[in-house]
Amino acid sequence: MNGARTVLIDPLVDNNPITLQMLGICSALAVTTSLLPALLMCLALTSVAALSGAAISALRHRIPNNIRIIVHMTIIASLVILVDQLLKAYAFETSKQLSVFVGLIITNCIVLGRAEAFAMKNGVVMSFLDGLGNGLGYSVILIAVATLRELFGAGTLLGYPVLELVSNGGWYEANGLMLLPPSAFFIIGLMIWGIRTWRTQQVEKPDYQIHEVHRTEVY
Amino acid sequence: MEAYASLFIQAAFVENLALAFFLGMCTFLAVSKRVETAIGLGLAVIAIQVITVPANYLIYTYLLADGALAWAGLANVDLSFLGLVSYIGVIAALVQILEMTLDRYFPKLYNALGIFLPLITVNCAILGGTLFMVERQYNFTESVVFGVGSGTGWAIALIALAGIREKLKYSDVPDGLQGLGIAFIIVGLMSLSFMGFSGI
Repeated sequence: MNGARTVLIDPLVDNNPITLQMLGICSALAVTTSLLPALLMCLALTSVAALSGAAISALRHRIPNNIRIIVHMTIIASLVILVDQLLKAYAFETSKQLSVFVGLIITNCIVLGRAEAFAMKNGVVMSFLDGLGNGLGYSVILIAVATLRELFGAGTLLGYPVLELVSNGGWYEANGLMLLPPSAFFIIGLMIWGIRTWRTQQVEKPDYQIHEVHRTEVY
Repeated sequence: MEAYASLFIQAAFVENLALAFFLGMCTFLAVSKRVETAIGLGLAVIAIQVITVPANYLIYTYLLADGALAWAGLANVDLSFLGLVSYIGVIAALVQILEMTLDRYFPKLYNALGIFLPLITVNCAILGGTLFMVERQYNFTESVVFGVGSGTGWAIALIALAGIREKLKYSDVPDGLQGLGIAFIIVGLMSLSFMGFSGI
């Protein structure tokens, strides 16, 4: 049982798909201007990652090695179509806001990467948990970024006012930059800085070491 | 003509796929360490984008859209839910064809691109370009212009970032920010400056 727990918990901070493995950043940033679409996106990606992991792992002995990428793509694409149709049926307004990004789950490197790296070698239950864990690791970052951006960019959370805006007679002047694309990059960059200061083993080695010369040293 | 020029500028700069829509970020950050490889990948992306967007336009308009099969006597058939599978299939097939063509006729270019060519299949900028074309209902000429523009914009952003990161290797960056962290901050600044193009 310990193994299953590691598989599920490890991707949350120690081996986070976004901040460490550098996977799936593409869509992570675009849907985070407000919290509700971000939550739906997390739900969509986590379910696709978990289910595709389980499906690919169940078929892993039957997939011929040289055409495996195409097989993975087809399985993932079918699951994404399913999720897309469900979202259109039950959450039409938000699915409009997500626009092309639900479709882009197909090319999300987390899903394909985990299929390739984990599901092809492990059992169905473990692959399901691995997909779930990586989906949740992605969700943690997404929800954090979306909360920051919606709270400081519009003063609301899930559409409910939290910080009273100046235009409504409150005290908070909305920071428009938070709603624009660049802020997402800054927030993720700073978040990576934070996580790596906390978990120092994740720090990357610089390519060149700068040689420090002390003033008293003789040249 | 003017409309096409402004569509090009729009696609290449203001709505840059990488910097405004965050598409193709994984490759964008992974391949932007050296200018040479960045140029190779940039050119490959432009080529694929120019072919796939119009090709998927034809498939969408004549096979998948609501009522598109009228020419076959099936006016009530709506296959648009099959869109995602078909687009990714077209992209994978075209990348494969381009790879074989380059291998046969331009072996030098083929060797320079190496591993990046097959990886383009899973680059979200390519699929994203197609999905935007469908969502915004471009016509055929517009889809060609959009393909050229969005591919060029992505390539420019990639090469510019690679140039900056090559210089950055020699600078003293705080430990936790080393590598990925500082790359994000720089991309954020680039994204800010590309937004300055809006209004042209």
